[in-house]
Amino acid sequence: MKDEDKPLLTIRGLHTLFHTLDGTVNAVDGVDLDVYLGETLGLVGESGCGKSVTALSILQLLRCPPAEIQGRILFKGINLLDLGREGIRKVRGNSISMIFQEPMTSLNPVLTIGEQIAEAIVLHQGADRREAWERAVEMLQMVQIPEPRARARDYPHKLSGGMRQRAMIAMALSCHPQLLLADEPSTALDVTIQAQIMNLVVLLKKEFDTSIVLITHNLGLIAEMASRVVVMYAGKVVEEAPVQDLFKEPLHPYTQGLLGSIPWIGRKLKTGRRQLQEIPGVVPSPLEMPKGCRFHPRCPRVMDICCEQEPPFVRLAEHRRVSCWLEAE
Amino acid sequence: MTEKEGHIKYAGQFRRSWAKLKRNRAALFGGVLLLAYLFTALFAPLLYPGNPSAPNLIKSLERPSLEHLLGTDELGRSIMGRIIYGSRVSLLIAVGVIAVGLLVGVPLGLVSGYYRGKVDFIIQRVTDTMLAFPGFLLALALVAVLGVGLKNTVISIGISMVPIYIRLVRGCTLSVREEVYVEAARAVGTQDRGILLRHILPNVMIPITIQTSLGMGMAILFAAGLGFLGIGVQPPTPEWGAMLGSGRVYLFCSPHVATFPGIAIFLAVLGFNLLGDGLRDALDPRFRI
Repeated sequence: MKDEDKPLLTIRGLHTLFHTLDGTVNAVDGVDLDVYLGETLGLVGESGCGKSVTALSILQLLRCPPAEIQGRILFKGINLLDLGREGIRKVRGNSISMIFQEPMTSLNPVLTIGEQIAEAIVLHQGADRREAWERAVEMLQMVQIPEPRARARDYPHKLSGGMRQRAMIAMALSCHPQLLLADEPSTALDVTIQAQIMNLVVLLKKEFDTSIVLITHNLGLIAEMASRVVVMYAGKVVEEAPVQDLFKEPLHPYTQGLLGSIPWIGRKLKTGRRQLQEIPGVVPSPLEMPKGCRFHPRCPRVMDICCEQEPPFVRLAEHRRVSCWLEAE
Repeated sequence: MTEKEGHIKYAGQFRRSWAKLKRNRAALFGGVLLLAYLFTALFAPLLYPGNPSAPNLIKSLERPSLEHLLGTDELGRSIMGRIIYGSRVSLLIAVGVIAVGLLVGVPLGLVSGYYRGKVDFIIQRVTDTMLAFPGFLLALALVAVLGVGLKNTVISIGISMVPIYIRLVRGCTLSVREEVYVEAARAVGTQDRGILLRHILPNVMIPITIQTSLGMGMAILFAAGLGFLGIGVQPPTPEWGAMLGSGRVYLFCSPHVATFPGIAIFLAVLGFNLLGDGLRDALDPRFRI
């Protein structure tokens, strides 16, 4: 981990609210996190815990209204939330990029691959069409698409899922962003392709010295890729730790549950010490958040205080904090 | 989808639509009618060398003969010649009306569907108001305000066509703007203008194309209706609806005067409608097997 004094991205007190007809939903509720230069930060949690909304809030890709973003998102010391429409548009795809989960639908069916990659280059680097096209072909080569010149002229439906995700990565990295938000980049791909795509991301990260926020619920991927991990539950950060510490000694019962529920060969489905665990229940509805610790209805080690008061953050070391009453005592 | 399937799909994209259109006899018939119509309009001076508006009272209300294949009207003008030149007028009206409808309706529909909110609300309430009137009545009211003549006919029918395009384009935009590729385009910093023109518009072109074919038939019918009432294109310009209207008086003694322009209107509108329906079947992915 290349720790510099100042983080590249600092999020403080991020609240993302959705004003719906049923009431206001706190999809992200007071998230703090830092991303340092050149590191890969893993953001994990169940579906619906606010991981993707956090990423979308950074680039302000949520429609406001119904969404409302509060707090501070400092990128190289500048609050992105103060930039305004035109300001944030210049950041998107230029210094911060995003890749999405569904490679099958994230490319426009009526434009060629090359045109779509060239679009960002024309927008941000003031290149003319021909120059941008050459750069797009170069990018396709970098993401290891065979015959890049021919593929640039293809329409998305001619490419397989893995190839499309490569094209998406080419598009996201075409302006050499300093930060890449990867929202479950390999979830929709089959396992062999997943490995290829993630290896590619690692390679390009070194090449361009890009910091990555890797959003996933695949803990295996986190172990491979990330240097630090932030665990989210129901819109809040519950634990943050360097990756080794998290796997060696998870502190929050939710993190323990997540790690316990990874199936691996040799692990028995039934009784025994190495039994595959589950976390009972489901993520609470954002409209009816439980009082106190949000995890208490599902927590195996719940105490009286958990139902009453929200646990504070306990800072155990640099980059090691947990929000649980078990540690607070 | 595997890459192989992708190739098959690509090879078929246009060809399959074309094959489907070819199999549709009605659509083909419509296409042939339109080609004949277009040919007539483009080469009118070759098909009828004389002046279709010059009266020749000695020969008024003659039955069809070798000299005048479709007979003559009350002023002795060849009905054949007037139908041939009338095709130019109706084609001009159809193109003009669609141009007004597209130029005003498509941008408003895109903006309305993409931005939602207040803009959408205002545009949609105006559209509601316009759609509350039957299309022809709206055109009629607009003519009453603007006055008669070719230009005003085009403008008033064009305006009555605008709400149809707004609704159609807005509806399609609403679904396309939720696509991940639109979000991805925003994530690389594309401006709203670029998203609307490069990402959304091409994806709503198919319904616009279909509506354009159907709309042209409607425009011809509306123009003929206005002409029939005497508030459309003014004489001596040969216009099918006006010919029908003036021939009505002689319906019992010389029925050919009103009948032939009526057939011309019927065939042109039929052509556009058959082709429009065929295009919908061929291009609409929901009907794809």
